[in-house]
Amino acid sequence: MQKRFEGAPDIKPWLAGAMVFAILAVAGALANPYLISLMTIVLLFTFLGQSWNLMLGIGGQLSIGHALFVALGAYSVAVLDVKYGISPWIGLLLGMFIAGCAGAVLAWLSFRFEVRGIYFALLTIAAAEFARIMFSGWEFVGAMQGLFFPAPTNAIEFAMLRGDARFYYFVALALAALGIVGTELISRSYLGYVWRAMRDDEQAARALGVRTFRHKILVIAISAATAAVGGGILALVQGSIFPDSIMGMGPSVDVLIGPVVGGLGTTFGPLVGSLAAIPLNHLMGALGDSLRIPGLNNIAYGIVLVLVVWFLPDGIWPAMVRLSKAIRPPSRVWLPQPRKAEE
Amino acid sequence: MLSLWLNVLASGVLLGLVYGLVALGLTIIFGVMRVVNFAHGEMVVFGVYIGYWAVRLWAVPVIVAAAVAAVVMFVFGYLLETLLVKRFVNRPHHYQFIVFIGLSLLFTGVLLVTFGPDPRPTASQLSFHTVSLGPVTLDLARLQAAATAGLLITLLGAYLKFSSFGRSLRAAADNRLGGLVVGLNIPRVYAVTFGIGAACAGVAGALISPLFDAQPYLAVDFTLLAFVTVIVGGLGSFSGALLGGLLIGVAEAIAALTFSPSMKTALPYALLIIILIFRPRGFFGAKEI
Repeated sequence: MQKRFEGAPDIKPWLAGAMVFAILAVAGALANPYLISLMTIVLLFTFLGQSWNLMLGIGGQLSIGHALFVALGAYSVAVLDVKYGISPWIGLLLGMFIAGCAGAVLAWLSFRFEVRGIYFALLTIAAAEFARIMFSGWEFVGAMQGLFFPAPTNAIEFAMLRGDARFYYFVALALAALGIVGTELISRSYLGYVWRAMRDDEQAARALGVRTFRHKILVIAISAATAAVGGGILALVQGSIFPDSIMGMGPSVDVLIGPVVGGLGTTFGPLVGSLAAIPLNHLMGALGDSLRIPGLNNIAYGIVLVLVVWFLPDGIWPAMVRLSKAIRPPSRVWLPQPRKAEE
Repeated sequence: MLSLWLNVLASGVLLGLVYGLVALGLTIIFGVMRVVNFAHGEMVVFGVYIGYWAVRLWAVPVIVAAAVAAVVMFVFGYLLETLLVKRFVNRPHHYQFIVFIGLSLLFTGVLLVTFGPDPRPTASQLSFHTVSLGPVTLDLARLQAAATAGLLITLLGAYLKFSSFGRSLRAAADNRLGGLVVGLNIPRVYAVTFGIGAACAGVAGALISPLFDAQPYLAVDFTLLAFVTVIVGGLGSFSGALLGGLLIGVAEAIAALTFSPSMKTALPYALLIIILIFRPRGFFGAKEI
């Protein structure tokens, strides 16, 4: 997993990534409305998965209450837009700021008092649940009735981020691409190396002069702020938000399924995982609805999660990489000597 | 006014004992295996459904239903550990978390498919009978649940303290490698531990089936409540689970009385956040995890 980040940057993954996104863009222009709306959700959760991945896969901090940050972004956008008619662009910035601060405060409080590992994970879930109950009783943000955006029109207003389903598809596509490029750039930057060092051995990183306390706060704040952006767009796409649908355990699990299934700490993992898991969830949900059996999607999700952790502990994407290397070993063609020298 | 407060406190203490039993199951599993059972609430809900069906089909008292739940859930936990959980015992915490989140989704899905999403009230006559002790009036269902839970907690504590198996269980919790060296059958200890943990959850569920309507979605609340209880008391601590249960039960009851009913659900989390920040290992928590 770490191998890819060492040495000279490899041009091929970038080309492959660009091709995938070009295909997705063309598909967005052609596909039918159902597929468009499904893929919008997949791409948004790819982005949210990247944000979660940054925290655990690179920063080494497990969050199982990520819906809190998602919801802070969603509510910032919704409150400004619905109540005051202020552009979602401002809402996104505000959401990033609020969620970033919330993440930083949560991290500061817990690491200050040496709350870490599993206890930190439980703290994130407690914070998310606490916020959900508070928002459920807070009239200003619509309480249990939630907030509704104005009905979608076909006219595309870029300043207000308003448009039809296809418009939101391209917004989500741009966001997912931004997330992948951003994660890759952070991974290769100074911060990426510092964070991975901290993840692998905090004591050793500290011994080398890394101020781990600050860096842990930083990685959590950045992850929270990016989650808020995804949340804001998610609220616009859904057209309405409720505390239970955006802050509960459900959304927190939805966020982490993509990266876990696709591959923790990898750049393309969240995309692959979301592509595999979300359509499956929708399919099983639709099947359950038509057969009048609720709960089929829960069973499918549950089985997929257990099986992936059991048989593919690093996720689908690393398995795919291994498979492609096994089928076609390219290194032998170009680099026969250095490999031998290494051995 | 005083009698109102006494009543609220008493009902909080009674429910707190049951919370203590739920939390005990979670804490035993964590203390011995260092595994966080995120599907604990689902096991409580299995117990609630066992209570519901036993009372409904065979018209047996809730106590008998609780005994059935204990046996069924012990076997269930034992099998789950030997078939699945033991593969993940030595993995990092986040893998375990994800496995258990998967299991909890799976269990909720199975409950939804089998029983549907509608709440089912257990038709027990007990809830309508009350006992008066001076100014305090208690309903019989709650009293019975609390008395059984208290008795079970005591018995389990004595068993772990004095029996030979209890000693090996505590040895395994203390030092896994040391236990292996002196010849403990660690896989069996782990399986039985998981069985005991699941049985605690199941019994607690059956005991409260007259108080809560059986519903699959209850599980998340019970999982989180069990976590709050256990962390307040200290993850892995026996007396901590009991103390945490009582504290949460009383806090919930008081919050429902003095604030609004919605505060009742928020208060345990607020308490948890405060405790995690100032006393991360809880009141009786172990020094090192």
